[in-house]
Amino acid sequence: MEYFLSDKEKIVAETAREFAEKYIRPVRAEYDETGEFPWEILKKMGQADLCGIYIPEEYGGLGLGVFGLTLAVEEMSKVCGGITLAMAATALGTFPLLLYGNKEQKEKYLPKIASGNMICAFGLTEANAGSDAGSIATRADKDGDYYILNGTKTWITNGGVADLYTVIAVTDKSKGARGTTAFLVEKGTEGFSFGRKESKMGIRASSTTELVFENCRVHKSQILSREGMGFIVAMNTLCNSRPGVAAQALGIAAGALDEALKFSLERKQFGSPISSFQAIQHMLADMAMEVEAARAILYQTARTIDSKKQKNFSKESAMAKAFCSDVAMRTTINAVQIFGGSGYMKDYPAEKMMRDAKITQIYEGTNQICRNEIALQLIKDAKGKK
Amino acid sequence: MNIVVCIKQVPASTHVKMDPVKHTLIRDKAGATINPCDLHALESALQIRENYGGKVTAITMGPFQAADVLKKAVGMTVDDGILVCGREFAGADTLATSYTLSSAIKKVCPADLIICGKIAVDGDTAQVGPGISKWLGMSLVCNVIKIEKIEDKKIFVKRAVEGGNELVSVSLPAVITVDKSINIPRIESIKGRFRELEFEPKVVNAEDIDCDLTKIGLNGSPTSVAKVFVPERQKAEHELIEGKNAGEKAQKIADFLFESKLII
Repeated sequence: MEYFLSDKEKIVAETAREFAEKYIRPVRAEYDETGEFPWEILKKMGQADLCGIYIPEEYGGLGLGVFGLTLAVEEMSKVCGGITLAMAATALGTFPLLLYGNKEQKEKYLPKIASGNMICAFGLTEANAGSDAGSIATRADKDGDYYILNGTKTWITNGGVADLYTVIAVTDKSKGARGTTAFLVEKGTEGFSFGRKESKMGIRASSTTELVFENCRVHKSQILSREGMGFIVAMNTLCNSRPGVAAQALGIAAGALDEALKFSLERKQFGSPISSFQAIQHMLADMAMEVEAARAILYQTARTIDSKKQKNFSKESAMAKAFCSDVAMRTTINAVQIFGGSGYMKDYPAEKMMRDAKITQIYEGTNQICRNEIALQLIKDAKGKK
Repeated sequence: MNIVVCIKQVPASTHVKMDPVKHTLIRDKAGATINPCDLHALESALQIRENYGGKVTAITMGPFQAADVLKKAVGMTVDDGILVCGREFAGADTLATSYTLSSAIKKVCPADLIICGKIAVDGDTAQVGPGISKWLGMSLVCNVIKIEKIEDKKIFVKRAVEGGNELVSVSLPAVITVDKSINIPRIESIKGRFRELEFEPKVVNAEDIDCDLTKIGLNGSPTSVAKVFVPERQKAEHELIEGKNAGEKAQKIADFLFESKLII
C-alpha cells in the first residue's frame, strides 16, 4: 500500500528498521528472558536520533510529530515491542510537557529527552484508580511555594529507570477530577522512591514499578499548566500518546505476520510447504488484511493529529489504539498457530510476540475504555447535529 | 582537534571479475560500498569527537561515484567530506594514492590525527595508511584495537601485535590505522541522513592540492602487475567410506587416519 511518505518520513522508517535489525533483533530473546532494561540500546537510539522524532526542532528534536513517532515505533516493534517501549513510553511521559509545559520547563527538559539522555514516565494509575482516573488518591498538599506529595502510583512503565515523571495528584478533593494537578517530579527528589520491579507476561525488557511518594516536596514551578488541570492534562496526553501504543501493536502484528509467512514457506508437511494449504493461506490473508487496515487507520489518525485541523481527536485516537491492539492480539495468536508446536516454543519468536501484544489491549486505556470514549463522542456528535 | 578519516569505495561483492588485459578489477558491475574497516575508522573518529570535541572530515580519492562513501560518512555525522577526483589520479598504486591523499590533507584539511582502516578488502595491501604517515612525516601506529585517551597532545592506543597487545603513545599529529575489533560502527543517524539529501562533497583535483604530477596516478605508480589469474582448482583423489552404520564408518575413518599416521 502506498502511504505517500515524504523523504524525511522514509528516512525515519528506514533508520528505525536498520536500527532494529542491527541492535535489537540479535538480543531481543535475551532481554525477554532476563527482563533487563536495555540501557545500551536506548543510548544508541539517541545517537541515531530516534528519541526526539516528535519533539519540535527548536528543542533539539526532528519536529516530525505523532506520525514520525508512529513510523519509528512501528518499525522497531516489528522486531521487539518490549525494547522499543523504553523510547515509546518516554514519548508518553513527554506529551504532558509538550502539550502543557511552559517555556522554561520545555527548555530544561526537552533537549535532553530528544538526545536520548533523559527517560520519562507518566504516573496516573493507582491501585484503585486506573480506568476510573477520577478516583486517584495521591495527594499534593500546598505548603508555601511547595506541594507535599503522598501516595503510590502502580504499574508505571519506565518506573525506576526514568529521570522525569509526570504525576497526577489531588490538590483539592472537593472538586473531584477538577481538583487534580499534574506535577513534573525528577528522580532523586527527596521522599520519592520506587516499589519492586514487576515481573510481567510480556514486554519484559521494559521496567514497570510503583512510584512511592512519602512527604515528597515539589516546587510549584514543577506544575504543568496550572492547579486543577491534572485531569485535562492526563486525558489530552492519552489522546496524543495512544497512536504510540497503536504503532507498537501494529509493529508487533506486522512482525508476527512476517515471521508466520516466512515459516509457512519453509515448513513442509505432506511433502509441501504449509503455505500451499488453503487453511494456512486464509489465515495469512486475514492477518495481512487486518494489518493493512490497522496501518491505514493509524497513519490517518496520526496525520489528523499533526495537521492540527481537528481540535478533538479523542475518538480517532481511541479507535486507532483499540483497533491496532485487537489486530495485534489476533494476528499474533494466528502466528503461533501457523508455527504449530514450534510456535509454543521459546526458540521461535511467535510466542513472545503474542505475550507482548496482550498489553497493548490493556494499557493507556483498556480497549473497553477506548470503546466508551468512541461511543461517547459518537453520541455527543449525534446530539450536536439535532 | 581536526580529525581526518581516509575512506575508500570498494566493490560490494567478493566475486569481482578481472580485466584480462589491464590486470585490474572490473569495478563497475560489482556495485560499490564503503570499505568495511573504514567504518570502524569513522566510528573511532566520531567517538573521539564526542569525548574531546573537534571536527571530523572524511576524505576519499576516486571517481565521482566515490562521493557515495562520503555521503555514508555524512550520515554517520562527520562534519565534512572531501573528494579527490580527476583523470590524472587514475591507475594509482598505494605509493601514488598515499602521496595524493597526504597532499590533499596538507592543503585542504590539515589534521591533528589521521585515522585509516587498517586494510582495504579489494587490494589487501594495508599500505596507504603507513604511506600517508611517511609522506607527512607523522608518527604511525598500525592495527590499533583501542584508543585509551588523548592527553597533552599525545594519543595513547592499544595495538595488537603477534603474541599480545602493546600500549603505545605517540605525539600528535599522528596517523593510526584501526582494526575491526576496535568498535561497532554506528548506523547513519536520522539527522545525518537528512543532511545527505542535500550534501555535495568538496571536490578537489591535482591543481587544487599542489601535487607533483609525476607522483600521482599511473605515472607515480612503480607497481606493475605482471599477471592476474584465478588459480586452477586441483582435482583431489577421494574415496567413499561405506559401512552399515555411522559407528562402522567412523571406525574405518579412524583406522585409516591411524594407519596413514595422520593421527598418532
